[in-house]
Amino acid sequence: MTVYLVRRLLTLIPVLAVVVTVVFLLIHLIPGDPVSVMLGPDATPAQIDATRQALGLDRPLHEQLVKFYARVLRGDLGQSYFLDRPVVTALLERAEPTMVLTFSALLVAILIGVPSGIIAAAYPGSLWDRTLMLGALLGVCVPGFWLSLNFIYLFAVRLGWLPAAGYASIFADPVAALRYMVLPAVSLGFNQSALIARISRSCMLEALQQDYIRTARAKGLSTGVVTWVHAFRNALVPVVTVIGITMAILIGGAVVTEIVFNIPGLGRLIISAVLRRDYPVVQGVILVTATAYVLINLAVDAVYVLIDPRIRYE
Amino acid sequence: MSDAAVARSEVVTRNAAARPSWLARLARNRNIGVGAVILAVVMLAALLAGVASTHDPRRLNPAERLKPPSAANFLGTDEFGRDVFSLVLYGGQVSLLVGATTMALTSLWGIAIGLIAGYYKRVDLVLMRIMDGLMAFPAILLAIALMAARGPGVGNVIFALSVVYTPRTAMLIRSTVLSIRELDYVQAARALGRRDLMIAFRHILPNCVGPLLVQASFIFAYAILAEAILGFLGVGVPPYVPSWGNVIASGKNVIREAFWVSLFPGLALTLSGLGLNLLGDGLRDVLDPRLRVQ
Repeated sequence: MTVYLVRRLLTLIPVLAVVVTVVFLLIHLIPGDPVSVMLGPDATPAQIDATRQALGLDRPLHEQLVKFYARVLRGDLGQSYFLDRPVVTALLERAEPTMVLTFSALLVAILIGVPSGIIAAAYPGSLWDRTLMLGALLGVCVPGFWLSLNFIYLFAVRLGWLPAAGYASIFADPVAALRYMVLPAVSLGFNQSALIARISRSCMLEALQQDYIRTARAKGLSTGVVTWVHAFRNALVPVVTVIGITMAILIGGAVVTEIVFNIPGLGRLIISAVLRRDYPVVQGVILVTATAYVLINLAVDAVYVLIDPRIRYE
Repeated sequence: MSDAAVARSEVVTRNAAARPSWLARLARNRNIGVGAVILAVVMLAALLAGVASTHDPRRLNPAERLKPPSAANFLGTDEFGRDVFSLVLYGGQVSLLVGATTMALTSLWGIAIGLIAGYYKRVDLVLMRIMDGLMAFPAILLAIALMAARGPGVGNVIFALSVVYTPRTAMLIRSTVLSIRELDYVQAARALGRRDLMIAFRHILPNCVGPLLVQASFIFAYAILAEAILGFLGVGVPPYVPSWGNVIASGKNVIREAFWVSLFPGLALTLSGLGLNLLGDGLRDVLDPRLRVQ
């Protein structure tokens, strides 16, 4: 296990190297002179020259890349032009809402997706199965941000049950935090629950056709025990993979959900940075989210070994 | 005819009946039928926007702002008095343009990169690490970052989404190439002295068509959705261009007074997604049985 994890960690190096290089190249994709674009039309030539030198953009490309790597490895992501603080500080300030939203949505997705998939698989072809899978198909197709708007209209504007937008820290006021988080987490999680439901159903169907299930039934065990104890654990491995993929999609989806519900997380940070051409912040947000994604995938791989003793990594 | 010959011909007929051609299977698949019809309706509506629309979607008419659906404005008006029905029809043009072009570009780049990687082991390692790296970014965030660099515009949206979705196609083509290149008939072509490029196009690429079609229909769906998300966030096509994402974004500001502004473009978006997903699921069942979900 340790050997596997070390080897798996080593494979992350080239992936992260590509991630850092792409993030570095972003500034060079700006059409024309990046510094003039960043500073806007009012900048004087002296200001432009000074910024170009400060950013090291007057140096050869390979030299800039090496310096960028050195900075990233030191944990220095540069200075935000507009927020007047280091990018790392800005990221740390905004990380909490995004993490709370992502994990709440993941919880919603699992709580809806896994039981739906299992019930559908336990009674294949039934009305339950057809209704749940139609729901799952719609869940895949309905755009999450549009669903959020409809939820706001229904539950906040018309019924007045929940606040339309905003955020409260879970550490400061847990009750208010929960009220604010219900709509964003459900609308973000619903989409992903559809994917989890479809995979759970298909894995459970496969597990339920195995010989040991027939044996379990033959010795008189109830359907519930056979489904939940015998089949479920064996169907879990692919489901865990999908939950890992889901997590990555949720990080991206959180950006959009934050804009709809006015949540002050990384999503709002990157969008305001894009609109103000605050490139170091844009670079910082995508670097951090990509790294988080890569580490989550690593964690998922490690979880396999824990839940399925048949998998042995040499 | 002898009994044996009759029996043999019966077996042949029965086999042919049991395994119809892939075209017949395509036509018989319900998902494909429903998906294709939905998609055809959406496409027709977008293509005929000039004839079918009742108003100029760009004309601002403050006197008529936020009017609910009526005989004059089938789907109501938005905060600038623009006709939502006409906005949805013209918005479809942008969505389908971005979706179709992104699908075509990702397929072309994906085929080129996938063939090279699958065929030449030396560059395979480098290319696949680059693809892994690009796939490490959450898709929509990479698209946002690319839009930040390139600025708003339809062309830039297509560029950004093509960069984001190409690695998936490239990896699919590569894995198909790797499984086919060792087969006997490819080895035979090589032994006959055929050039690599010839083998790639004559013998390997035709086998990639099935998985590629499936992938392309899903990328079409992702691209339409991603275009709407970018427009909604204000970093996609410029706000004055009628697109589903832009209209939904303007509906967000007036959701308390006029729910219809965001409702109808969102329904159009959902319908297109449904059509493409059904089509993709059906194509996968017929053309790529390995990936079939029970």
